[in-house]
Amino acid sequence: MPDLGKYAEAVLSSYAISLGLIVALVVLSVLRARKVKAQLAEVEARGKTGGKAQEQADG
Amino acid sequence: MSSIWEYANPKKFIATTDRLLPWVSALALGLMVLGLVWGFFFTPDDFRQGSTVKIIYIHVPSAMMAINAWAMMLVASLVWIVRRHHVSALAARAAAPIGAVMTVIALATGAIWGQPMWGTWWEWDPRLTSFLILFLFYLGYIALWSAIEDDDTAADLTSILCLVGSVFALLSRYAVNFWNQGLHQGASVLRAGALAGDTEERVSNVFATPLFISMAGFLMLFIALVFLRTQTEIRARRMRALLARERMQ
Repeated sequence: MPDLGKYAEAVLSSYAISLGLIVALVVLSVLRARKVKAQLAEVEARGKTGGKAQEQADG
Repeated sequence: MSSIWEYANPKKFIATTDRLLPWVSALALGLMVLGLVWGFFFTPDDFRQGSTVKIIYIHVPSAMMAINAWAMMLVASLVWIVRRHHVSALAARAAAPIGAVMTVIALATGAIWGQPMWGTWWEWDPRLTSFLILFLFYLGYIALWSAIEDDDTAADLTSILCLVGSVFALLSRYAVNFWNQGLHQGASVLRAGALAGDTEERVSNVFATPLFISMAGFLMLFIALVFLRTQTEIRARRMRALLARERMQ
C-alpha cells in the first residue's frame, strides 16, 4: 500500500465510490440481462405450445 | 464486404455481439486493472497535488466516458431519426445509465479532489455546472424512456431530448475554452499542444501512460456494457411485442 499521507481519505474514498458504482452497474446489467433472457424464453415457449394447441383444436 | 446496416437486424446484432462480448469484457477488465493498479501503486506523488493526483486515473476516464456516452447516444438517435432502425434507438437507451453513472463518478471524484486542492467541494464553475446539467439530462432521458409506453414514440421524443442535451455535452468538454474562467483547469491530456510536446500544463509521462491505459479500459467497459444492455433491450422489446400479441388473442 503506498503512503498516501494526509490525502489518504480523499484518494481511498474516490476509488471506493467509483469502483462500487462500476461494480453495481455491471452486476445490475448482468442480472437484468439474465432475467429478461429467461423471461423471453418462457414467453416464446408458451407461444409455441399455445400455437400447437390451437392448431390441434382447429384441426 | 458487409454493410454496417446489417447490424440493424436484431438477430444479427445479438449473434455478433455475443461473439465479441467475452473478448471486449476481458480486455476491459485487463486494461482497467492494469491502469488503476499501475496508477495507484506504482506512480509517484505530484509535487503540487501530493497523492491526490492518483484520483486522475478514475476522474479523467469517467469524465471522458460521460461525454462520449452522450456522443454515442446522439449518433444512435440520429440514425433512429433518419433510418428508423430500432437497434440504434435501443442502443441509445442502453447507453444512458452507463453515461449517468460515469457522470456521477466524475462529479463525485471531482468534488473529493477539489476539496483539498481548491478548498471547496463545489463551485459554480462553467465546466462543473455544465457537467451537472449533463447529469440532469441523463436522468431526464432515462425517465422519458420509462414514462412512455409506446417504444417508437419514446424513441422519437428521447432522440429530440438527446439532440438538445448535446449542447451541454459539448459545453462540458469545451466550457473552459469558451469562458476561460473558473477553477477547473483546461484540457491537459488530449490537448494538441500537450501531445506535441508542449510541457506547460501537460500531464507528465509518468502519469500519462497508466492514465491512457485506464482510459482505454473505461472505453472497453462502456462498449461491453452497451453490447450487453442493448441485447437486453432488444429482448425486452420482443417480449413486450409477444405479450401484447398474447393479450390480443
